[in-house]
Amino acid sequence: MIEAQGLVKKFRDKTRGEVRAVDGVSFRCRPGEIFGLLGANGAGKTTTLRILATILTPSAGTAIVAGYDVTRQSQKVRSSVGFLSTATALYGRLSAREMVEYFGRLHGLDETTLRQRIDAIFERLGMNDFRDRRCDALSTGMKQKVSIARTLVHDPSVMIFDEPTVGLDVMAARTIIEFIRECRDRGKTVIFSTHVMSEVEKLCDHIGIIHDGRLLAEGTLADLRQRFSKQDLEDIFVEVVEQ
Amino acid sequence: MSLRNIGIVYRKELIDSLRDQRTLISMIAVPLLLVPLLTIGLLVVMVRQVGEASEEVPKVMILGGEDSPNVRAELEKLQGVKIVPENSAYAEEISSKRIRAAVEIPADFDAKLSAGEPMSVKIYMYQGELKSGFGANRLEKFFRDLRDRAIRERLEARHLPENMVRPFDIKQQNVASPEKVGGALIGGLVPYFIILLCLTGAMYPAMDLTAGEKERGTIETILCSPVSRTHLVLGKFLMVLTASVATGVLSVISMTVSFGVGKKLLQGVANGAADTILQITMTGKAVISVFTMVLPLAVLFSAALLAIALFAKSYKEAQSYISPLMIVVVLPAVAAVLPGVELNAALALVPVLNTSLISKEIMTGTYHWKYIVLIFASSCIYAAGAIAIAVKLFQREDVLFRT
Repeated sequence: MIEAQGLVKKFRDKTRGEVRAVDGVSFRCRPGEIFGLLGANGAGKTTTLRILATILTPSAGTAIVAGYDVTRQSQKVRSSVGFLSTATALYGRLSAREMVEYFGRLHGLDETTLRQRIDAIFERLGMNDFRDRRCDALSTGMKQKVSIARTLVHDPSVMIFDEPTVGLDVMAARTIIEFIRECRDRGKTVIFSTHVMSEVEKLCDHIGIIHDGRLLAEGTLADLRQRFSKQDLEDIFVEVVEQ
Repeated sequence: MSLRNIGIVYRKELIDSLRDQRTLISMIAVPLLLVPLLTIGLLVVMVRQVGEASEEVPKVMILGGEDSPNVRAELEKLQGVKIVPENSAYAEEISSKRIRAAVEIPADFDAKLSAGEPMSVKIYMYQGELKSGFGANRLEKFFRDLRDRAIRERLEARHLPENMVRPFDIKQQNVASPEKVGGALIGGLVPYFIILLCLTGAMYPAMDLTAGEKERGTIETILCSPVSRTHLVLGKFLMVLTASVATGVLSVISMTVSFGVGKKLLQGVANGAADTILQITMTGKAVISVFTMVLPLAVLFSAALLAIALFAKSYKEAQSYISPLMIVVVLPAVAAVLPGVELNAALALVPVLNTSLISKEIMTGTYHWKYIVLIFASSCIYAAGAIAIAVKLFQREDVLFRT
């Protein structure tokens, strides 16, 4: 479960002065659900998700992730979360196995459990052919699989995806989309940010439209269609943002 | 504090760094290849310089003295100098190193010498220039001998004893052991190299583990793991320290071996002219003591480099921040090598310079325990301060996510 309450994140910018990248964002995402955070570039999606993953601390408000407070129990939150974005790169000089092992150990797994988990994940994702190959020698698709394995190694109950398909080719993006769906089917709480309407329509149970740091509309796709009397999500998005 | 987590981060960073070519070059290739080349090269150059200077027959010029054939004839017979024809541009000739020295014989020298009239002989030379010094010394010795002989003859003529004008002799006697003499001459260079290599050894890993992570996008990956930022920075710091210490240790080993080889090759060369310099002995005790003194400095370098490099957004930016630091470290280290810079309580508190000075003393076999304790303690305090700053910076979002 993710419960965000009035999240605010302020930054100081040399030219613009104080910037509110996230401005009073509240929403709830339940286990077995995918919550899609839809917004243009610079809308505040990444900052919101970084707060949920405790990479950033909120200036005001709070969020409960997997039962833990992001400001007061950040370490426990990170132990329960799998965070994946195109910005979360791999250590190029480590092999696929070493990369996943490193994160498994940081999550406190003992060596036996770690080995079993890695064997199971590598088997499931078809990674055994390149398990000992260095990450910088892997194809984009293979790298995505290593990143997925990295987020799964500690079996988190909450998954956070920040624009995970940006810059990926069709096949690599598809692997990610399938993986997100699989997470929901396994009962995990999933939050996913994107600016690609089709991905939201395909995947999300709940949608939140974010603009200028504020969550302007929230609901299921059916709710939003009914409320704005429009079928196309892009039309709904434009209307919400322009209001 | 979880030592387990620090250990996990350290182990990963070690594996990662040992696969990084730049780190390997600065940590292993530089001490094992460059240091021997520099050490032996430096010794060869020094020995050759001293040897050449002592073997060269200096060209000297006699100015005047046409009315004093006796002294001119004696001068022309002088061994170890080559007399060149007189030229009014003697000063220019000396400055441009075409001749080494010139002597001006006063008018009526022979006559005045016989008559016992006062006069003064001037020797022109290039101060600080080794070969000019040799030439001038030979001329001075000639006139000193001539003066002594004249005194002796005058005393004899008056039936007076020689010690009348020379009641006692003055002699300088060296009491320092040969190791100390050699150590004082070039002993400062050894700690200078160790300090410099500890810094360069830490530079690449420090940049790679901070700015490099930002550039490659792995900083966000590691920050979303449950490891605390304090454990993360301490793990990284230990890796940078390992690189720094490893570079230092390898360079000491490499320097000791090269010095031993250099000594064997060069002892006795050039008629033993450089044997004093070669007398420096790197005893195990001195090397370990120097290294113990450098250790807190390596900690200081590692933490400071880590903190500075973390500020940068990219590897390139980190390099531009760190390059000026090289000067900050090199200058005090060089200052300590200069002759005449002596350790005192105030200098004992100046980082880098203090370690360099005390290490120089240690290399000559002198252990000033009061200073050793003061310097070690102050270096430890600076190092702890640098670690605290690095840890603090790792908690700052504006530094970690600087755009």
